[in-house]
Amino acid sequence: MTASTSILQTWTAIGGVAALAILGEVLIAGAMRRLGDLDLVRERSGLPGAIRAVLSSPMFLAGALCMALNFFGMLFALSIVDLSLAIPAIASLTYIGNAIAAKIFLHENVDRRRWLAVLFVSIGVVLLSH
Amino acid sequence: MNHRLKASQYAILIAVMLTASIGDALLSRGMAQVGAVDLHHLGLLWQALFNPYVISGIVLLIGFFASYMTALSWADLTFVMPATAFGNVVTALLSRFWLHEHLSPYRWTGIALIVCAVGFVAGGPSRTEHSENSHGLDMMDSGAAGL
Repeated sequence: MTASTSILQTWTAIGGVAALAILGEVLIAGAMRRLGDLDLVRERSGLPGAIRAVLSSPMFLAGALCMALNFFGMLFALSIVDLSLAIPAIASLTYIGNAIAAKIFLHENVDRRRWLAVLFVSIGVVLLSH
Repeated sequence: MNHRLKASQYAILIAVMLTASIGDALLSRGMAQVGAVDLHHLGLLWQALFNPYVISGIVLLIGFFASYMTALSWADLTFVMPATAFGNVVTALLSRFWLHEHLSPYRWTGIALIVCAVGFVAGGPSRTEHSENSHGLDMMDSGAAGL
């Protein structure tokens, strides 16, 4: 982190990048859920048909746009925040946020086993960066 | 709610685990061979596209995206997430056994936690059953259509 970067700027950048990743992943997951099993779609209409089905979903395109913005946001965040803080913080926030968003928007059954997995993954990612 | 996975679906999840981390490692190795790219040497990016490591890395990352989306079409996001996190473990193990880097006790603990997380989730159902066109998806869909 540079000396001129305040704590507010640091965590705004980290939070913004994580929020874009969460939005992108939930939109893509929602789009895939709506399309149904892609293996079956490919059996029915072939690989070009499956690709066409994915690319014609507005929800998928919105998710892909968020992931692209997430990529550029990550580049910006890395220019003002230390790599050793940015990567594990963004990854952990994204895993926790994904679980919350999946429960609220995708109505997934996030039981105790899955919450524990999210917690373990978040701590594990932070430890791996040490 | 009791979705059991087929062998082909386990293969997709293993592809999710392996392709991203191995693809990143191949890209990293290829770009190390190509050299540092800056504004005055953008031509190196074109040259990088002919490096076998970079080509293999790009193919694997396309494979990752395809397998990730396929997995999300029959499994919950919270089921697939630990599989993507397992890619970090593969990267750490590659750095230890392929690049002979040192792994600190912190990293070994991180690896153990992520392996446990995959174990927790893999033991449960892969998909939440609920009625089609749930309200949450409808809200997101109308928002996406407006973009």
